[in-house]
Amino acid sequence: MRVALFVTCLVDGLFPDVGKATVRLLERLGHQVVVPSAQTCCGQMHINTGYPGQAMPVIRNHVEAFEGADVIVAPSGSCAGSVRHQHADVARKHGDAKLAEAAADTAARTYELSEFLVDVLGVTDVGAYFPHRVTYHPTCHSLRVLKVGDRPLRLLRAVEGIDLVELPSAETCCGFGGTFAVKNSDTSTAMLGDKMSAVLSTKAGVLTAGDSSCLMHIGGGLSRLRSGVRPLHLAQILEHTR
Amino acid sequence: MTTFLGMPAGGGNLTGEPFPKAAREALGNAQLRRNLAKATGTIRAKRANVVGELPDWEPLRAAGAAIKDEVLANLDEYLVRFEEALTSRGTHVHWARDADEANRVISDLVRATGTREVIKVKSMATVEIGLNEALADIGVHAVETDLAELIVQLGNDKSSHILVPAIHRNRSEIREIFRREMPGVDPELTDDPRALAEAARRHLRHKFMTVDVAISGANFGVAETGSLVVVESEGNGRMCLTLPRTLISVVGIEKLVPSWRDLEVFLQLLPRSSTGERMNPYTSVWTGPTEGQTSHVVLVDNGRTATLADPDGRAALRCIRCSACLNSCPVYERTGGHAYGSTYPGPIGAVLSPQLTGVDRNPTLPFASSLCGVCYDVCPVAIDIPSMLVHLRERVTSSKRTTPESTAMRALAWAMSDARRWRRLVRLGKFGRVASRHVPLPGWSTARDLPQPPQETFRDWWESR
Repeated sequence: MRVALFVTCLVDGLFPDVGKATVRLLERLGHQVVVPSAQTCCGQMHINTGYPGQAMPVIRNHVEAFEGADVIVAPSGSCAGSVRHQHADVARKHGDAKLAEAAADTAARTYELSEFLVDVLGVTDVGAYFPHRVTYHPTCHSLRVLKVGDRPLRLLRAVEGIDLVELPSAETCCGFGGTFAVKNSDTSTAMLGDKMSAVLSTKAGVLTAGDSSCLMHIGGGLSRLRSGVRPLHLAQILEHTR
Repeated sequence: MTTFLGMPAGGGNLTGEPFPKAAREALGNAQLRRNLAKATGTIRAKRANVVGELPDWEPLRAAGAAIKDEVLANLDEYLVRFEEALTSRGTHVHWARDADEANRVISDLVRATGTREVIKVKSMATVEIGLNEALADIGVHAVETDLAELIVQLGNDKSSHILVPAIHRNRSEIREIFRREMPGVDPELTDDPRALAEAARRHLRHKFMTVDVAISGANFGVAETGSLVVVESEGNGRMCLTLPRTLISVVGIEKLVPSWRDLEVFLQLLPRSSTGERMNPYTSVWTGPTEGQTSHVVLVDNGRTATLADPDGRAALRCIRCSACLNSCPVYERTGGHAYGSTYPGPIGAVLSPQLTGVDRNPTLPFASSLCGVCYDVCPVAIDIPSMLVHLRERVTSSKRTTPESTAMRALAWAMSDARRWRRLVRLGKFGRVASRHVPLPGWSTARDLPQPPQETFRDWWESR
């Protein structure tokens, strides 16, 4: 299958290893990866901070960048969630029915990585090997916007050598929330503190999730604590082989 | 943004300090954090149990949303029908545009009875309009009879939760409040919940037998019959509804359901979402006054019509005040309700309060959420609170002129709408590497390290492959 990678702005600029892992994983599974060069960002930060009008050209750019792609895969529940649940709405509310229609079409072809692997490709065992103690944080948007359910866990359970341990209160938000972490940093920090306690209680050496943004947040806190816990995106574990 | 001319904005107890500032103070209170985590955790688990056992929860939720939407779409007709049904059964109906008018109407009614004291059924609408304070101004003492409201009142405190106004207090704090403020209380009172409840019972029993004017709210009003419904746990509400000779009920205009049959849906949704019970202990329904009783209904707008005018915000008026969103919210659990500054705290408060007052008077509440979405999942009438928060954020930003944030956002959007411009910006990785080491990001860097930007972007790697 020919897969168009929506790498996301955060992965492109700050976490390129997540993008590389996604490419290598999909190629290992026998698929051709393309990276449409016109892509930039989904515009979610603008939409969620109260600037949906400014997001309009960003949405238009995204829709045009992925025009003609059969399937679009993003290593992010949050960005895929914005494409699927916000783009068409924002376009419609700003009076651009044509863009709304095109955005709805893009949305129908867009998948978060674990959805794509499990639902479209029908695989849970991707042939990965990762002999470490790992705990998984289900990110809010993958869980409650996309409803990926236990797909990431099914993929992780099939990884050879993994010691997967349950994260207490896993479904509670880590406190990132985009600009929330800056605008309400005290509250965000309190939420982060509880999430880090939960992570540390598992004695896992690796924390994984389907979103680099939440991992940047929790990882930033764990780094400040010098905890030694490594944040790794789901794709980076699934890409790992013997 | 649209200004809704001629629609009164809500007044009363709906605003406070900016959320980030109030939250900061609350977060420093370790006792509060412990009390809230314990209480919300307990109710969350109870709710999950009793909701999980209903195979038709999702259809019930959809029915609840649909009934409320039907009422809201035809509110003018339902209100007139409700007024006719009430009047035909001998209840006096009064209309109040805002908190001040409601307080004036109620004060006049109370003054006419000559009483110096009224007993109250727990009611959010009366807290919203600041009725107790208004009555105090005319020399009338309002006695809260709901146990948690009583604790708040005796403690000279403010409610911090819709269902459990004293959720921020633990039992030893409650014992101290009772020993200090409750006349004639046993000085040896322990913090055993049973002993505390017994002390409140003795205190209140005397009031029930001697005070002749009661003020209530209503959980529902049935337009077809003019019936009012109060759902409660303690039975104190029923004492207030039945004993005094004057009953004044303060009802938000959005509280209606079309017919009796519709109560079937809400009397399943509310207790399960609220206290986590299959059914609440006391449900009082009354249609017209009882013999020898004079009854009044005060229908309050206080910003509801303005809320109704916004197609993307009006679903907030579906709210049945169950508190499931408060109990589930990770922000509420850590800051508590006082940080929201409004009678309505938590996620629903963050969308309802700014709409009732106008966003200009509550500009920080729409941002008091990480948009994690758990509030939408647990809402028994399926209010999409996260989307509504995002919508209200836009109303806030578009009500302001250019700010440093809006300028930065505009510049970023300009860069992001063209791949060449954007790549040039992202490639400034070297600048980023320097910046992240030397320039802390306010807020973020107090507790988190910034990631080290990489030597090469993903796109550069991809092209060099």
